[in-house]
Amino acid sequence: MAFEGLTDRLQKAMEKLRRKPKVTEADLRETMREIRLALLEADVNFKVVKDFVKTVREKAAGAEVLKGLNPAQQIVKIVNDELTKLMGEEAVPLNKAPHIPTVIMMVGLQGAGKTTTAGKLALRLKNENNARPMFIAADVYRPAAITQLQQVADQIDVPVFEKGIDVDPVEIVREGMEVAKQNHNDYVIIDTAGRLQIDEQLMDELANIKELVKPNEILLVIDSMTGQNAVNTAQGFDNKLDITGVVLTKLDGDTRGGAAMSIRAVTGKPIKFVGEGEKMEDLDVFHPDRMASRILGM
Amino acid sequence: ANFRHVDEDFFDDLEDMLIESDVGYDMAMKLSDELREEVKLQNAKSKQDVSNVIIEKMVELYDEAGQDENPDLTMAKEGPTVIMFVGVNGAGKTTTIGKMAALFKKQGKKVLLAAADTFRAGATEQLDVWAKRDGVDIVTGPENGDPAAVVFDAVKRAKEENYDVLFVDTAGRLQNKVNLMNELAKMKRILTREIPDAPHEVLLVLDATTGQNALNQAKLFKESTDVTGIVLTKLDGTARGGIVLAIRNELHLPVKYVGLGEKVDDLQKFDAGDFVYGLFKGLVEVD
Ligand SMILES: Nc1nc2c(ncn2[C@@H]2O[C@H](COP(=O)(O)OP(=O)(O)OP(=O)(O)O)[C@@H](O)[C@H]2O)c(=O)[nH]1
Ligand SMILES: Nc1nc2c(ncn2[C@@H]2O[C@H](COP(=O)(O)OP(=O)(O)OP(=O)(O)O)[C@@H](O)[C@H]2O)c(=O)[nH]1
Ligand SMILES: [K+]
Ligand SMILES: [Mg+2]
Ligand SMILES: [Mg+2]
Repeated sequence: MAFEGLTDRLQKAMEKLRRKPKVTEADLRETMREIRLALLEADVNFKVVKDFVKTVREKAAGAEVLKGLNPAQQIVKIVNDELTKLMGEEAVPLNKAPHIPTVIMMVGLQGAGKTTTAGKLALRLKNENNARPMFIAADVYRPAAITQLQQVADQIDVPVFEKGIDVDPVEIVREGMEVAKQNHNDYVIIDTAGRLQIDEQLMDELANIKELVKPNEILLVIDSMTGQNAVNTAQGFDNKLDITGVVLTKLDGDTRGGAAMSIRAVTGKPIKFVGEGEKMEDLDVFHPDRMASRILGM
Repeated sequence: ANFRHVDEDFFDDLEDMLIESDVGYDMAMKLSDELREEVKLQNAKSKQDVSNVIIEKMVELYDEAGQDENPDLTMAKEGPTVIMFVGVNGAGKTTTIGKMAALFKKQGKKVLLAAADTFRAGATEQLDVWAKRDGVDIVTGPENGDPAAVVFDAVKRAKEENYDVLFVDTAGRLQNKVNLMNELAKMKRILTREIPDAPHEVLLVLDATTGQNALNQAKLFKESTDVTGIVLTKLDGTARGGIVLAIRNELHLPVKYVGLGEKVDDLQKFDAGDFVYGLFKGLVEVD
């Protein structure tokens, strides 16, 4: 792995400064450079990095040496604290409707993990809340999308409402909601097709579904391997739909996941869950401190 | 960023733009240094001249990293050509096969697909929809069955029934999953056992929205399956896929095709000039 963690980077850069009582201007400059590089290597968006480094610099400039911490450790601590703060609160739960059903809509780019995550969420709701969820198959575009959702649903024993691929997704959702009400399902999870945030027609389709059912959750599903472009995606979906939360998938890989920081910075929306595998059990609540450490390579 | 004079600000913007394209920090610095040199060398001053110099130099740098390689797909001298697709989850493997199979079919070739993703829900059915769309044949196996068995059946049938091209779809897997990478290597060995010079291509499918992790993907997939080229998908979005430059530089893997959408025609041969222009769109002008 070519990447170095921030701690290594800073320790190396500041080896010679260990015994200094105070962080000097020159030390700061060198240190900020290392922070910038570590974050860029972790795929944090370069504009987000610029703002973040500025904040850290301001905090670090005034800081006195804390007992037992050398300047490098001290700055790492500031970075870690700031980043954890930026990552948001611990484990923000799913929104819940005052009257059933609670409606959750999955949105995102192609291949991000929406359908898989829909299954994982349904299983979680069943296990933890004894819920009776139902899926609505609103992806009429991807080949065999309905079959995929059906197979996922069968694994966890959850019903699917589908109307094939020749009906408008908004109409499918409308009819699906009727059925959910009749059957007293307490959760409805809508699986939508992947789309680019710049595809106006398909983004309008999502807006129309939102308008119709007023979902309690609109979860943006994002691949944790995403690079600089995470800000465009997050901003595009959030501007159009005012998303309520984010799910970060494929964190079982070896990506540093800097996209998490970019998304938080541009939307301010909570990351609620992380996907850590392909199986239905592989969903965890989001831990900001773990994510911060991961991004920093610590 | 528009510029009248080529000054330091211009090169700062260029660096930012390269980083924003996911080229990676080191590669961005290396490139902007070389481009700065080249602009000086050629004494380019006007906007137009500088743009041209930059595009030309970038294409030259790209080409340099891959002397004597086949930019096209390598075809079998005789018998079936076998093309295996590998990559992380959701990158676009199955869709790319759907598009590429149509291309070969249009050229009058007899095409067979192997649905060796027996793992993901609906994967076989997804490839089957493409087979029907394209009007080509497909070999499938039972859900959760052994993918190697599908590969074996398919390669045998390709040989016996004189297919021109066999496309092997595999399940997406993250490169740090050792067991899954071994499984992939095993499938490749089966192909080679049946047809000694197969697979003729192992294409790594890479999502253009991927950041620095793509370098690890390329490295580890190359180690396990000896990847011969890259298909860069989802370039129709706002991501530019700059990481392929770093991959090119470190691992000398060429991009062979690019994916530009979800429809059957949304596949094009990679063109370094177009790609580089895409990276700098907004910063440089091209005549
Ligand atoms: N390793 C890993 N794979 C995942 C995770 N989440 C989803 N996947 C895989 O990623 C691929 C894409 O997942 P899907 O659920 O089909 O993604 P999608 O967003 O519904 O895709 P479209 O409907 O085509 O836009 C599949 O191979 C999934 O098994 C995860 O957390 N870890
Ligand atoms: N916009 C766009 N979408 C694409 C492109 N290529 C594939 N997709 C979409 O990306 C999603 C995933 O594509 P797949 O072909 O299923 O990817 P895969 O690598 O086979 O996925 P797994 O088998 O789950 O690992 C689907 O929704 C495709 O329609 C492309 O070039 N542009
Ligand atoms: K992806
Ligand atoms: Mg889906
Ligand atoms: Mg596939």
